[in-house]
Amino acid sequence: MLSALRNLGQFSLDLLEVLGRAGSLWWQAIWRRPRLANAPLLIRQIYQLGVLSVVITVLSGFSIGAVLALQGYNQLVKYGSESALGLGVALVLVMEIGPVVAGLLFAGRAGSAVTAEIGLMKATEQLSSMEMMGVDPLQRIVAPRLWAGFIAMPILALMFSVVGIWGSSLVGVDWLGVYEGAFWSAMQDGVDFKSHVLKGIVKSVVFGLVVTWIAVFQGYDTAPTSEGIAAATTRTVVYSSVAVLILDFFLTLVMFNF
Amino acid sequence: MNDVLKDTRDDHVVIRDVTFRRGQRKIFDGVDLTVPRGKIVAIMGPSGTGKTTLLRLIGGQLKPDTGVVEVDGRRIPQLTRSELFEVRKSMGMLFQSGALFTDLSVFDNVAFPLRIHTDLPEDMIRDLVLIKLQSVGLRGASQLFPSELSGGMNRRVALARAIALDPGLIMYDEPFAGLDPIAMGVIVQLIKTLNQVFGMTSIIVSHDIHETASIADLIYVISDGKVIGSGAPQDLMQSEAPKIQQFIKGIPDGPVPFHYPAADFEEEIMAGQEQRGWFG
Repeated sequence: MLSALRNLGQFSLDLLEVLGRAGSLWWQAIWRRPRLANAPLLIRQIYQLGVLSVVITVLSGFSIGAVLALQGYNQLVKYGSESALGLGVALVLVMEIGPVVAGLLFAGRAGSAVTAEIGLMKATEQLSSMEMMGVDPLQRIVAPRLWAGFIAMPILALMFSVVGIWGSSLVGVDWLGVYEGAFWSAMQDGVDFKSHVLKGIVKSVVFGLVVTWIAVFQGYDTAPTSEGIAAATTRTVVYSSVAVLILDFFLTLVMFNF
Repeated sequence: MNDVLKDTRDDHVVIRDVTFRRGQRKIFDGVDLTVPRGKIVAIMGPSGTGKTTLLRLIGGQLKPDTGVVEVDGRRIPQLTRSELFEVRKSMGMLFQSGALFTDLSVFDNVAFPLRIHTDLPEDMIRDLVLIKLQSVGLRGASQLFPSELSGGMNRRVALARAIALDPGLIMYDEPFAGLDPIAMGVIVQLIKTLNQVFGMTSIIVSHDIHETASIADLIYVISDGKVIGSGAPQDLMQSEAPKIQQFIKGIPDGPVPFHYPAADFEEEIMAGQEQRGWFG
């Protein structure tokens, strides 16, 4: 009993310590705004994290949109309301599935790469040598990645939703024969920028911040060995996926006035 | 006091009564040493005595628990982050692994500190980089990438990068480890030339006795968290202290024991036999 209590205390202390270190890393790095001279570094990271994630995001968005149309049609057609298909798919994609699934994909595709890259830089003393050359790795390595995630993630989530809606229209309108006018006009009437799309964007910005923060911290804090990097990469994917899902619940709770 | 210490008027690096712990383990327990300006000073000792840690204390990457670390009269642990980065521009460090940036070519690696810390035009940077590469004999390799270099070449490029800003102090972390005799000879020669031509204060951390003794002006031997001996190489060779003798002559057992601390050998063997019942 006592030892269980002691373990709990130790666990809480360790957790707080890690959170503290992660927080101070983020805080220190985020204030090192990318200066004009560092713009090429930021652009390169936006390419690495964002542009290279486009293919997987678009493919997933398309197939999820198509599946939503198939399943949605099956249910809606029972009540003769298949004309609401476009509205339903668009709302689900823009508010929930777009940001969340794009966030999960981003964690797997970009987050893991960031952790592995920074971890390997640490293991091969590249970070140390940078520090010893009077170059701050927080400025040069960490900050551009944090900002790149912040910028790329909402764009990826929007792409996901747009391609998803296109996929659902291909399935719903062109294949299953939902009336095209109803499909698009119901969507146009029902989806509001401020109360739906913007909230989805806010979600994806938060996910982008959290995923890159976890990824950068895990890489920066890893034990500089091959096992250490492997474990840190796994932790990045696991932690950031869980964080995206849990945060989504709370963001929905707060933003949609429950 | 020996001669080398006496004739220096100013000390580049001063370490006074430094203690440093890593978790429960005490790495340094009251280390005192001074590095005279313009000299080659070697810090030697068995593996795991924290020699590299000492370099990191001097470079400000670690902070001592107590004690003073001064470089050029500035107290390193008390500096703010930005002051520290300023001071580091006048320090070079050669890492054991070379630590070259693997995504940059040899040329860009050496140009890296120049591009960041100076506003020099690109053609002047080009000339400076080629001069540095020429001095380590690798001008011809300037367009290669670090993965295409041998271990010795890697370290020479890293050396060219470490001296790119002409630092007053340069620290070498195990510069001879894992090199073939020719590459080792090259590095020994380079360290000596850099010291003589540019007057760079050099700190070498190593356990290669002969190479180090051949170029060092002053050697400190560290063991168990303390400086156990110091002096010019020839003085140290004649030292009677058993620990220093063991280290210099490479005797496997002595004051530094061969065995890692363990339970009694016979008891442990017998205990293992009793337990064997479990699995037959």
